[in-house]
Amino acid sequence: MADLAIKSPEMLDEVTPRLVQGNSTYRSLTEDISRIVEKGTPIQWWMAFLPSVAIAGMMFAMLGYLVITGIGVWGNNSPIGWAWDITNFVWWIGIGHAGTLISAILFLFRQKWRTSINRAAEAMTLFAVACAAQYPLFHTGRPWRAIYWLFPLPNTDLNMWQNFRSPLEWDVFAVSTYGTVSALFWFVGLVPDLATLRDRATGVRAYVLGFASLGWRGSARHWRHYEMAYLILAGLSTPLVLSVHTIVSFDFAVSLIPGWHTTIFPPYFVAGAIFSGFAMVVTLMTVARWSLQLQHLITTKHLENMCKVMLATSMIVGYAYGTELFIAWYSGNPYEQFAFANRALGPYWWSYWAMVSCNVITPQIFWFKKCRTSVPIMFVASIFINIGMWFERFVIIVTSLHRDFLPSSWGYFRPTYVDILTFIGTMGLFMTLFLLFIRFLPVIAISEVKGVLAQEDHVTKHGHGAHH
Amino acid sequence: MENSSLPAALELKELHGVAAAFESPDKLLKAAKAVRKSGFTKVEAYTPFPIHGIDDVLGIPHSHLGRIVICCGALGATAALTLIAWTGSGDPLLFPYWTGLGAYPLVIGGKPLFSFEPSIPITFELTVLLSAFGAVFGMFALNGLPQLYHPIFNFRHADRITDDQFVLVIEKADPKFDATECTRLLQELDPVTVEMVEE
Repeated sequence: MADLAIKSPEMLDEVTPRLVQGNSTYRSLTEDISRIVEKGTPIQWWMAFLPSVAIAGMMFAMLGYLVITGIGVWGNNSPIGWAWDITNFVWWIGIGHAGTLISAILFLFRQKWRTSINRAAEAMTLFAVACAAQYPLFHTGRPWRAIYWLFPLPNTDLNMWQNFRSPLEWDVFAVSTYGTVSALFWFVGLVPDLATLRDRATGVRAYVLGFASLGWRGSARHWRHYEMAYLILAGLSTPLVLSVHTIVSFDFAVSLIPGWHTTIFPPYFVAGAIFSGFAMVVTLMTVARWSLQLQHLITTKHLENMCKVMLATSMIVGYAYGTELFIAWYSGNPYEQFAFANRALGPYWWSYWAMVSCNVITPQIFWFKKCRTSVPIMFVASIFINIGMWFERFVIIVTSLHRDFLPSSWGYFRPTYVDILTFIGTMGLFMTLFLLFIRFLPVIAISEVKGVLAQEDHVTKHGHGAHH
Repeated sequence: MENSSLPAALELKELHGVAAAFESPDKLLKAAKAVRKSGFTKVEAYTPFPIHGIDDVLGIPHSHLGRIVICCGALGATAALTLIAWTGSGDPLLFPYWTGLGAYPLVIGGKPLFSFEPSIPITFELTVLLSAFGAVFGMFALNGLPQLYHPIFNFRHADRITDDQFVLVIEKADPKFDATECTRLLQELDPVTVEMVEE
């Protein structure tokens, strides 16, 4: 019989790889992460940043054109009143969900591997919410007055209040709460790391970081309240993130449109959001760890875990597609049956099958360890998933609207160049913000990774933790 | 180990306490236990990340942040329900909305004028929002942050606290405090350095 006893740390590393590799010490962690923001700006950063700014500028130009001309510059028209705008809104909001899942839910589940990726994933959440917010804001046509239409502020603009029974109003509260709480959570995590940067800086930089870190000094009494605040924020963010995409799905599910009016939407949307968010984290992290030389901190194990999450959520999403079709048939409701047959076989068949092949078929490669541990393969797969999840929202929104109950109200949506350039522009905005983040702030949570390193040291010293 | 010395000028200035830096959490914990065993009560640790077990050794009480958060959450829920009721009624003093007699009694989709269910999403969101404010600003308030100056920053190794050193301070406020005695005690505990820190 094979001897399965673990006799050395090397053997243990093969079974459960360490989360912090390459003989790291507390000092080397500080150094490895801080140097990214302290050294001169690399030319590659400018090569990525300048095009991103240009593309973001294009978005603002398109939005400016929309404000001057009217929302007719988008391709939405009766019967397809919602099209790319809401598709892109839901897509971006969904991407944000992985950040909160990693920072809050994995924290509550004591998943130590989250510490290397949570800072960047939370930043991604904030920037994705910023991109998403453009769409409902500019769909109002007059964004400077939208504040009175969206929030219950006393005004003489409307002389009436919002309808608090409307899912769209719920969505205003859900998304703005989500953005605010994510920003707070992110800042709380940043405070000790800003203090680390402050203590390495000199001159004006040290003053700025001194203010930004609020004079953090790492006292044991402070850590006690800090850890409690972190735990409470994680506990609050967990139901919050589930509620946000639930409420986004209510925008559709609470209506009476066949294809939208289904009870499966909340869990289906949440799973899809996490799915697409992890795909975006993988897309960004595979590039970031390579360009910033952080392979010993964002290890293959981290990437493999994310691939497993994508596989699991892909299966949930695939199951939801199947359930939708089954229920449409089983309900015996001819309108419901038509909506779903039309999705898969109607004029938008190509978008439906693009969705299925990207979201259900592509992630099946992650059953194989070779694919879960190969960076190029997971990078390509994550791009496919991002595309597939965009198509999912497009399918749900546009195919359900384009054939109304009366054939006289049938149409076919074509995006205008403004639609297309605005969408590409939001990616420029996202990349601009993300590049500024990796240039000026610690991309990995330094103090949290040190905590993991201390624990792993402890484990290796005391019998390698082979019993867990 | 660096030699600690008592510069003559220092004796004239106010003293904050005696600080020792250690190179690992284990050494810090051991030293904290020894210091507490010697009867010191005003002892503080400064570390790059939270060290588990240090709170019990130093006798730091449990954080009451949760109470602040509960209050803020309750305030959020009340605010949301009040908002929905008040804006529906159009009457700032009474809430006739609840009885369906408000200033804006529109029947939408055949639904009742007031029902609890559609009020839940916004109530939930505002509860979470205010709780999160409570957690973050409550934590900063309990910690007395922002506080841009603190005597520990005078410690020569203060910049290593956020890097790789674990610092223990016996404060002057301690009834048993004696600079020479404390220095000797800390030096026996395998520190990187021991120093007097000015106020």
